[in-house]
Amino acid sequence: MNLDFSPEDVAFREEVRTFIAENYPKDLRAKQDSGEPLSKEDYLAWHKVLAKKGWVAPSWPVEHGGTGWTPTQKYIWSEEQARADTLAVLPFGVSMLAPVVYTFGTEEQKAKFLPGIYNGEVWWCQGYSEPGAGSDLASLKTKAERVTGDDGKEYYIVNGQKTWTTLGQFADWGFFLVRTDPDSKPQAGISFLLIDMKSPGIEVRPIITLEGGHEVNDVFLDNVKVPVENRIFHENQGWTCAKALLAHERSGIAGVARSKRGLERLREMATTEMSDLGGPLLSDTFFKRKVAELEIDLTALEFTELRTLAGESSGKGPGPESSILKIKGTEIQQRLQELALEAAGHYGAPFLHNLGHNANIGPSYADGVAGDYFNGRKTSIYGGSNEIQRNIIAKMVLGL
Amino acid sequence: MDFSFTDEQSMLRDTVASYLADNYAFDARRAAIKSEAGWRPEVWKAFAEELGILGAPFSEELGGLGGGPVENMVVMEEFGKALVVEPYMGTVVIGGGFLKHSGHGAAADLIEKIIAGDAIFAFAYAEPQARYTWQDLKTTATKDGTGYVINGQKAVVIGAPWATHLIVTARTGGGQRDAQGVSVFLVDKNAKGVTTRDYPTVDGQRASEVTFENVSVGVDALIGPEGAGLPLVEKVMDEAIAATCAEACGVLRRLQEGTVEYTRTRKQFGVPISSFQVLQHRMVDMFIQLEQSISMTYMATIRLSEEAHARAQAISAAKVQIGKACRFVGQNAVQLHGGMAITDEMAIGHYFKRATMIEGAFGSTDHHLARYEALSFGKAA
Repeated sequence: MNLDFSPEDVAFREEVRTFIAENYPKDLRAKQDSGEPLSKEDYLAWHKVLAKKGWVAPSWPVEHGGTGWTPTQKYIWSEEQARADTLAVLPFGVSMLAPVVYTFGTEEQKAKFLPGIYNGEVWWCQGYSEPGAGSDLASLKTKAERVTGDDGKEYYIVNGQKTWTTLGQFADWGFFLVRTDPDSKPQAGISFLLIDMKSPGIEVRPIITLEGGHEVNDVFLDNVKVPVENRIFHENQGWTCAKALLAHERSGIAGVARSKRGLERLREMATTEMSDLGGPLLSDTFFKRKVAELEIDLTALEFTELRTLAGESSGKGPGPESSILKIKGTEIQQRLQELALEAAGHYGAPFLHNLGHNANIGPSYADGVAGDYFNGRKTSIYGGSNEIQRNIIAKMVLGL
Repeated sequence: MDFSFTDEQSMLRDTVASYLADNYAFDARRAAIKSEAGWRPEVWKAFAEELGILGAPFSEELGGLGGGPVENMVVMEEFGKALVVEPYMGTVVIGGGFLKHSGHGAAADLIEKIIAGDAIFAFAYAEPQARYTWQDLKTTATKDGTGYVINGQKAVVIGAPWATHLIVTARTGGGQRDAQGVSVFLVDKNAKGVTTRDYPTVDGQRASEVTFENVSVGVDALIGPEGAGLPLVEKVMDEAIAATCAEACGVLRRLQEGTVEYTRTRKQFGVPISSFQVLQHRMVDMFIQLEQSISMTYMATIRLSEEAHARAQAISAAKVQIGKACRFVGQNAVQLHGGMAITDEMAIGHYFKRATMIEGAFGSTDHHLARYEALSFGKAA
């Protein structure tokens, strides 16, 4: 048992640090710093650099483009990305869909879809939740009926509504859960379909969130025609894919390295902001205690994640224990946002959404903290709410 | 980076676990802690002779198993699962720690006696006025010829009734709360002028109020440097805290698993109460606390070898997590067992009592939060 980094690990850290410093797109950095809204190209700029380097998907099997890194190397990689405040590679293709494709897809499907995901040529979005199917995802109603087309080929005709589709406004393709058998038990009649978002009958409508952002969307499907070969795995067995995807979605969700960076920022804020008694806010008995408790909680999460990674390297995929990472990781992210808003004091209030982020009202660190707080309430709701995660642990780990 | 145990460490765990399964059932323990002696010297003898575990953290040159903090962690976690009261902490972790780190002239001989089960140590550090400030000492050691004369009173010295030796902190200089002037002494418990008032503790251990009245000791009683012993005290204390965290992991595991088991068999409204979601979520939160505590115990144990600042920060962070977990898991284990948990005949209440005492052992949650803050924020705060 030890925490030592081998000379190879130290060299690896140096290598990735240098690579990020030399190759991170400068325009993107400028936009991130000024808080300007990002375009589709911005979102993909870093992804494309990493794709060229071969580092887009460290966790994939090596034969599909994974890096074969050790858990320690993956840990270093996420630390260095957080340290440099890089834009995260979007999870929809790389982390969510790809494991389903390489686990359950046919050889043709792997060849057709994985390269586009890897290279960032195809933007994917998720069609899971529906207005009436949130935590009870298996009650979803979007219907897919099988028909033979005029060309003699087999199609599904899809009708229904999906919601909370993150960044769907940019998407080229989407992965959807649809009901192909209305008569069987809820989980048994679902199929996993890949749908071209340019198909006739698809309409994407924005949902504006509390902080004024346009991140999520409603997606309406009206007689959308989908070739049967775009179904992953067997008909009516899409739930198996759905569950596997959610486990992968959870495992990266702890966000330890990013939260460590967030904690550094919070400490910087609390060193500059003044307390009621005149010293730095970080000398305030109560505020200091809250930061200390958060820091300790984050250390515990970090070591729980490291133990999980060590387990995964011995061949286990992400198990139901990853639900712990989701619960604690999101609680910590939200706590960070809470404390940043508290620390900002008066200047938490100005709403600069329509003024642009260079409006120079109040200290720059206060800019956006309220928005982050309001937007961040999503984290304990998405990816399976934290209450659903507790159900998963109760059933799968505790055997209740 | 590596979180795995060596084959030897896994064997050590199996050896301890299987001995305790055979010899440390709940009823046997309950009878022992109610007996006049309050412990079982034959168990201690078995630890020494049959299992050889009293040498777990000592080097092979000293006759030990060649281990260190991880071995202490393994032993203490298993002890936590069985609520072992025999004085491994005072003797092996703390006594052994002082002897190893101080380079005391008699260290090799005394460690040999520890390993053989013949020397038993208790650590007399706390004083009635001092709470968790280790250097707040009214006990004095005054130079007298070549030796010292010790006077003072020590509070709640765990394991003292069974001890052959006491390790005593005393002031050889400086003011009552100064960091400078702290010295550590090794005192024979039978020395003239040492009197003890022995009593049981709520969690089944034994302790003493120890009074030193003109106790004369030789210069060789001094462990570590005269007047500059505080860093040594802090180092050994941190090792003791890491081992306490490990013990807590064993206690918490029994509380968590015992609660899951009980709720599956207890029926109300015609169904096992484990089918109620409100109880399931509570048990998941208990499980998360346990997992976070294990993570912090690994972290703290590994970081014992780092320099004093990093070590202390890691240890206090771990103790905060453990303290919170002990309270949350302990109280909820009792709540979910219902009235049965507050009867003396059910094991769960005894685990709850130990968990509660661990919260305050070697510094409360608040104490360690404050220590962590001072170390993490430094001058900024």
